[in-house]
Amino acid sequence: MKLNLKIWRQENATAKGKIVDYPVDGIDGDMSFLEMLDILNEQLVEKGEDTIQFDHDCREGICGSCSLQINGEPHGPDKLIATCQLHMRSFKDGDTIYIEPFRAKAFPVIKDLIVDRTAFDRIQQAWGYVSVNTSGNTVDANTIPVEKEKADESFNAATCIGCGACVAACKNASAMLFTSAKVSQYALLPQGRVEATERVKAMVRQMDEEGFGNCSNTGACEIECPKGISLENIARMNREYLAASTKG
Amino acid sequence: MSVLDSKIPKGPLKEKWTNHKNNINLVNPANKRNIDVIVIGTGLAGGSAAATLAELGYNVKTFCYQDSPRRAHSIAAQGGINASKNYQGDGDSDYRLFYDTIKGGDYRSREGNVYRLAEVSGNIIDQCVAQGVPFAREYGGYLDNRSFGGVLVSRTFYAKGQTGQQLLLGAYSAMNRQINRGKIKPYNRHEMMDLVLIDGKARGIIARNMITGEIERHSAHAVVLASGGYGNVFFLSTNAMGSNVTAAWRAHRRGAYFANPCYTQIHPTCIPVSGDHQSKLTLMSESLRNDGRIWVPKKKEDAKAIREGKKKPTQLAEEDRDYYLERRYPAFGNLVPRDVASRAAKERCDAGFGVNKTGQAVYLDFASAIERYGKEKAFTSGNKNASKEEIIKLGKEVVASKYGNLFDMYQKIVDQNPYETPMMIYPAVHYTMGGLWVDYNLQTTIPGCYAAGEANFSDHGANRLGASALMQGLADGYFVLPYTIGNYLSDDIRTGAISTDSPEFEETEKAVKERMDKLMNANGNKSVDSYHKELGLIMWNKCGMARNAEGLKEAIEEIAALREDFWKNVKVPGTANSKNAELEKAGRVADFLELGELFAKDALHRNESCGGHFREEYQTEDGEALRDDENFKYVAAWEHKGKPSDAVLHKEDLVFENIELKTRSYK
Repeated sequence: MKLNLKIWRQENATAKGKIVDYPVDGIDGDMSFLEMLDILNEQLVEKGEDTIQFDHDCREGICGSCSLQINGEPHGPDKLIATCQLHMRSFKDGDTIYIEPFRAKAFPVIKDLIVDRTAFDRIQQAWGYVSVNTSGNTVDANTIPVEKEKADESFNAATCIGCGACVAACKNASAMLFTSAKVSQYALLPQGRVEATERVKAMVRQMDEEGFGNCSNTGACEIECPKGISLENIARMNREYLAASTKG
Repeated sequence: MSVLDSKIPKGPLKEKWTNHKNNINLVNPANKRNIDVIVIGTGLAGGSAAATLAELGYNVKTFCYQDSPRRAHSIAAQGGINASKNYQGDGDSDYRLFYDTIKGGDYRSREGNVYRLAEVSGNIIDQCVAQGVPFAREYGGYLDNRSFGGVLVSRTFYAKGQTGQQLLLGAYSAMNRQINRGKIKPYNRHEMMDLVLIDGKARGIIARNMITGEIERHSAHAVVLASGGYGNVFFLSTNAMGSNVTAAWRAHRRGAYFANPCYTQIHPTCIPVSGDHQSKLTLMSESLRNDGRIWVPKKKEDAKAIREGKKKPTQLAEEDRDYYLERRYPAFGNLVPRDVASRAAKERCDAGFGVNKTGQAVYLDFASAIERYGKEKAFTSGNKNASKEEIIKLGKEVVASKYGNLFDMYQKIVDQNPYETPMMIYPAVHYTMGGLWVDYNLQTTIPGCYAAGEANFSDHGANRLGASALMQGLADGYFVLPYTIGNYLSDDIRTGAISTDSPEFEETEKAVKERMDKLMNANGNKSVDSYHKELGLIMWNKCGMARNAEGLKEAIEEIAALREDFWKNVKVPGTANSKNAELEKAGRVADFLELGELFAKDALHRNESCGGHFREEYQTEDGEALRDDENFKYVAAWEHKGKPSDAVLHKEDLVFENIELKTRSYK
């Protein structure tokens, strides 16, 4: 396969970036998208040029490192996958592919396709945990039975990989899906209920401080989410937040 | 050659850990505030250690190369975590978990460490549930379990095929709580480049800020290395692209002994290699062996026809299939330990029965599980006369609920539907049992330098059982290290903050900078990846699933030559003072090129077969591993002496007081 890649290059956070053309040849359908970029980078090394920097690590869709905007879509055209699981069989010979970093005010570009997503870390630091000591003993695990349906729902929310696709997909660059997934995971479990009021307030406060936008209610985040995190989580967070606010 | 002291406490097995804890020196809370600890790596071991140390009151700095601690490669662990809770009432106990682990490790691990691991395993589950880790549950609301290879009980707790993710996010949330309290300072996108020793003690590190390229000095009273394993020495492995040995190797070069480097786990159920472009391999959880049956065609001509695309696996009649694990190991069947399953797959493929274009694959088939579950489901839902179609439909639903995400993953990569046609799998490098030598306190041979999780060698012997890596990582981090490190730090309560303006920091920083300059200025014409791939091929062909003396000797020479060539002809473009993935890789591959040679040297010296280390010269008549307890019942710990070929061997004899050494049998 021959492809015409148009890739965002940007030296650092303050430099002006631009799209640069990179034609590539000999791409096989069984290659992953990132392996295709490896091949391009290998060619750049041969020419002595600085390689294209992009975040990636596990390459099996679970670490949440990869973060490319491919032809305008976070993680590219296929559904329910991260960029590293996208295979070149999803493209055709002669295609032009635009590759850009995730775009959001709260995710400044570091270099080329790499963005700074530490805002997500800070939202979780605000109260994305159960305040239990990790040293010493707690109660036996089976003394806290949890309704299977709730446990499964909590698990589904907890499968968020923190990649930021929801933010990149949203026209308001909102982090509601991400934040609500974490709020939901805990809100659905008895262990998490104890601090639910304070948690939702603290996490939402941090989310706003980071400069993420308001929910657009368009559901683009759910469509682009590689883990299929449901919009219901946003509804749940709104209910939790409302309830918390009335408690004062 | 000296004899190493493992510092295993005296007394009966069951009382060792309790007695040890009772006799350990403690640091009072006020003094903990004056003590700094550096933790390298934020996976299960590092994340849990950092959170707990911070909670106890120490000032913790964490370092990880990823952009967030949450992305450490523990996140990718799929199947589950073992604990001897005996919730299923199937006869499990601390002793049985201990026994299974020692036996699974082919009698090459320490009794004291392994018993402690079993003892704290239950507490891990309690802890994780309290943190809000959403484990799988039964309809009654209680925790569900499943079975894993090498054992006869169901002791594995899980969260679908994403257990590692859920446990890591639990540890990360505990870290976040401490970051919020200001007790942990996270240094993300930072890579440890070297360990700083003052008066023979670990007192800090030199790190590189991977965004600015800045070389930084960080001091502490102790340094914990929880930097994972070195499977990427093979280039292709199930490890993350960034997983590396650098932190451990740098400590090794500074005096920490490296133990049993040749003990590598080749996991039996991975997606086969598809071509030269391949950058990594993907694991299919071992939990699939609970329900999937492994087979190859019985006749060579069928295998050939399948390889050439003339036949489909589903066209082969039952009697034309060789369920070789069930045939060879009737007692454990498809649930034999990983090393046994991997070698058996290799044996069949080498003999010409492999499938896939490459002939390097076997089938993992869910057809009978689908039928069995379908029948059960139809029956329990009142449909006593279900048709075949109805049964298959219901069966697929049950299988999807158990392994759905793994099946999806497979389909995305291979472009085949595993509900309709059997999966193809082949072994791949997955985990390294070897690592930094540590004593019972998890301290390396450098005072003040600790190693936890996969980075140390301690608990799995020559082969790790499934769902035990998560257990060990969290045991080390939550329940072992926070105690044992206190014993060491109790001598440091009057030391005060450690200055980074010392000649030791100066010199180490200088050495780091010189090394990086050398990499930047090598000005050759070959990419880092080309060297890494070449190293990987040598390792896979000569130090892989089966090894022999001749091949290992060749590997040693070839790796040494490759390393020399690397330093002359590697090409690293870009600059050192900005984000530069090529430079990061170059530093890591340089270390792999040293480790690889020590690995081969270790494998060559161990004239026996045990666990993941299979020497072709040492096997029984029916091809099973032949151990030599008389001569090799020891841990091989290597001391660095300038270059791998000069490394000096130190032995720690393994003492078995509670278990009788036997030939491992799963028949």
